Amino acid sequence: MLYSIAVFAPLLGSAIAGLFGRAIGDRAAQAVTIFCMILASVCGVASFVSLVYGGGHAGSVHIATWIDSGDFHVAWALRYDTLSAVMVAMVTCVATLIHIYSVGYMSHDNSIARFFSYLSLFSFAMLMLVTADNLLQLFFGWEGVGLASYLLIGFWYHKPSACAAAIKAFLVNRVGDLGFALGIALVFVTFGSIEFSTIFASVAKHQADTYTLFGTWPAFEVIGILLFIGAMGKSAQLGLHVWLPDAMEGPTPVSALIHAATMVTAGVFLVARFSPVLEFAPGALGFITFMGASTALFAATVGCVQNDIKRIIAYSTCSQLGYMFVAAGVGAYQASVFHLLTHAFFKALLFLSAGSVIHAMSDEQDIRKMGGLARKIPLTATVMWIGSLALAGVPPFAGFYSKDAILEAAYAAHSAAGSYGFWCCLIAAFLTAFYSWRLLILTFHGKTRADHHSFEHAHESPPVMTVPLILLAVGAVVTGWAFHEQVLGEHWQHFWGAAIFNGPANHVLHAMEEVPHWVSLAPTVVGIVGIAVAYALYLGMPSVPAQLAQSFRPIYMFLLNKWYFDELYDAVIVRPLIALSRGLWQVGDATIIDGIPNGLASLTSGGAARASRLQTGSIAVYAFTMLIGLVVLVSVFLLFR
Amino acid sequence: MLAVGLGHYLTVSALLLVMGIFGIFLNRKNVIVILMSVELILLAVNLNLVAFSAALGDLAGQVLAMFVLTVAAAEAAIGLAIVVIYFRNRGSIEVEDVNMMKG
Amino acid sequence: MIAALAFYAFAAVLLASAAMVVSSRNPVHSVLFLILAFFNASALFVLAGAEFLAMTLVIVYVGAVAVLFLFVVMMLDINFVQLREGFQRYLPVGLAVVVVLLAELAMVLGGWKMAPEAMNLRFAPIAANTSNTVQLGKLIYTDYILIFQASGMILLVAMIGAIVLTLRDRGLTRKQNINAQTRRTPADTLVLVDARSGAGIGELGIYRPKAPESVAAAHDEHHDAHHGDHSSAGGHH
Repeated sequence: MLYSIAVFAPLLGSAIAGLFGRAIGDRAAQAVTIFCMILASVCGVASFVSLVYGGGHAGSVHIATWIDSGDFHVAWALRYDTLSAVMVAMVTCVATLIHIYSVGYMSHDNSIARFFSYLSLFSFAMLMLVTADNLLQLFFGWEGVGLASYLLIGFWYHKPSACAAAIKAFLVNRVGDLGFALGIALVFVTFGSIEFSTIFASVAKHQADTYTLFGTWPAFEVIGILLFIGAMGKSAQLGLHVWLPDAMEGPTPVSALIHAATMVTAGVFLVARFSPVLEFAPGALGFITFMGASTALFAATVGCVQNDIKRIIAYSTCSQLGYMFVAAGVGAYQASVFHLLTHAFFKALLFLSAGSVIHAMSDEQDIRKMGGLARKIPLTATVMWIGSLALAGVPPFAGFYSKDAILEAAYAAHSAAGSYGFWCCLIAAFLTAFYSWRLLILTFHGKTRADHHSFEHAHESPPVMTVPLILLAVGAVVTGWAFHEQVLGEHWQHFWGAAIFNGPANHVLHAMEEVPHWVSLAPTVVGIVGIAVAYALYLGMPSVPAQLAQSFRPIYMFLLNKWYFDELYDAVIVRPLIALSRGLWQVGDATIIDGIPNGLASLTSGGAARASRLQTGSIAVYAFTMLIGLVVLVSVFLLFR
Repeated sequence: MLAVGLGHYLTVSALLLVMGIFGIFLNRKNVIVILMSVELILLAVNLNLVAFSAALGDLAGQVLAMFVLTVAAAEAAIGLAIVVIYFRNRGSIEVEDVNMMKG
Repeated sequence: MIAALAFYAFAAVLLASAAMVVSSRNPVHSVLFLILAFFNASALFVLAGAEFLAMTLVIVYVGAVAVLFLFVVMMLDINFVQLREGFQRYLPVGLAVVVVLLAELAMVLGGWKMAPEAMNLRFAPIAANTSNTVQLGKLIYTDYILIFQASGMILLVAMIGAIVLTLRDRGLTRKQNINAQTRRTPADTLVLVDARSGAGIGELGIYRPKAPESVAAAHDEHHDAHHGDHSSAGGHH
């Protein structure tokens, strides 16, 4: 019951704010949605606690039957296990804080009710996703998240760039969703059901199934890859990541919600949820590791040269998601979800404090025009420091535990993909620390580069914004050590129950504990080195970065332009498609499809006009025609009889 | 049965028929003469029927000829009635003035 | 021999008069030549042994149809000179059609032969010792009775149709309107006047109804359709 309330309260809030927002006013809409979110988070945390610590039983809450067609049965049901409960608790908590923060951040906006309605809808869709009992319901939540993200990214629809970003996010997600939908279909073909419990129960039976298309493949591998393609779209992995930086066009709370609690974590969640199947698809797991590691490294390199405060954080999200996939790929789903959890707190914190900075600087987002803000907005600076420390993996902040676990797991996997993941992640860890401190130093320290006016007017945000920041900062500090032992320690099975499955040959969680000492230390060390380098470059010798950018200009441009992914897609996909569409429109549609009926119509009317001229109305002509016809008929009969 | 060969009768009726048709073309304006030409054509038909009837010794041909006569008489009556009211309405019996029957 | 000569003579006159029918300038002449053609055709019928048909032809065509034509031609005020205009406009077309048709008929006449079993397929063989009329009568009233009735119906329809088409009611006839008659009350029509002796009808307000002819003519001009209420119109006494 609590669980259902946790899921559906946001929907109620969204519906009230969205449908009656105009009638009840902005204040009431805010109050209703926030009340619903608080209710949801209380219920979410309560159900999580009662499941994990209160001896509750995992199961599922049946709500209604959705589709009942032949062998295809789909129900509306909430799956209640540790994975879902953890996600519900995290999503509701973070989303609640973001809601509260938005009250301050969006106070000058014109359509507050609409914004809160979308936010709650977003939360609901994500909750639906994580509590799904079957793949179709998951897909429902998946698409709901996509829809809400479209609405929120394009919230300022009068900005063309926001609309373009919203459409881009939607379309890129569609590409991934295609893979996901195909994966669902293949799951149904293979298992005869899309209900998780049924699928996972019959994994052993279908282990040897194959799928034939352009050769014969193990069905599990194909399922794994297809589902991961869906996850790539949602979680912005290399190739389908292009929408994520552009999503910064939305209001900052939206970025926080998309990047921290919802949306992007959906892919990681899906992979963790499908662990029972993926455990028997080593190829797919290797692919996941490879993609995750590449994304982690790629996004970290790009993050180093960006100048937009939100974009830097966006790329760090991309990079951190890569970490999660590396962990999942080597079989340490627990570490993956753990990082997801800690990341949700510190990334929400980073985004919201970035929002606070932007708020203070009157909507300035370029860090080159900031600096020295620590004196003006000390609280924001503090919490952003905490977030960055967590992100960089400095002990004892949250990121340290989870990132450490991921690197250990990658090393302990002792596979080629694992090693690749380990080294990529290690480099990325260095870069992460570097760009985080680049961001911090350029924003908060040194001499200000902001113009006098806006610097003087920089002011700390109101409490309604700072209180959520402080709460999130607490989360960013404590979630690491509070959950580390339970999630990854000796008794992890007690925590996770049957929610995550590790194959009989998968000892990575155990092996993690026995990696060499230097592996455990490495992320912390490279993180601190990265911080030091950032200090040296940006505070010690501020002229060096510009010189470096000058002397390595091609590399700098390559990174600044995000590896030219957008340009590549534009040239390879978008332009040919536009040309093709234009051709189809002008030739296929306007000329051929429209031409056939138009031509037929004009042919008919023209022919009729000509034929009606035959009808002179003159009896004499008719009579003559008749007689001549008779003669012709007789002639034909005589000639051809 | 016949005083002369059947072929003679048929030739006469063929010529009669052709003259009737020629009359229709020739008198394209005068609808009365056109009606007379139609009568000639029907007469040619009757001549044929009677000639065959006589040649074969079968009365059925004459019976049919009689029905043709009946229908021809009816046709003449109706046709002339139409001519009369047409003339009354339009003041003319020119066939070319009958040009309002357009589809 | 005489019969053959007679055939040729009648056939020649028939064709000649037919030619005159279609080519004569005066339609009255055309009708007269048509009558001549019918006479000759009936003579050919007689030669072929179809006496009854020959007489029917004479009576029906010469006596009725041709005279009808004559009536129409002479009673309609037609400008026949104008009708002759463009006489030869369609001559080439007509000639072409006629020549083709003639050629085809010649082909048929040149190449035809009686089917061998034709004599066995006769429906009503002509008896040698009974008259043509008797045989025809028996045949018509037995085997062909339905068709005979149908042709009677055709004639009836033609008659009614011709009458309906040509009947023009000018309102000159006075018809009985029974409805109006039976609904008449004394008060409608009867006025009691206390006539002084020696006073004229003009002084007393008594007027005479107009003459029926002028009333009917007025009605005919304005609303020809309503001619059924003449009696009431003229009934104010």
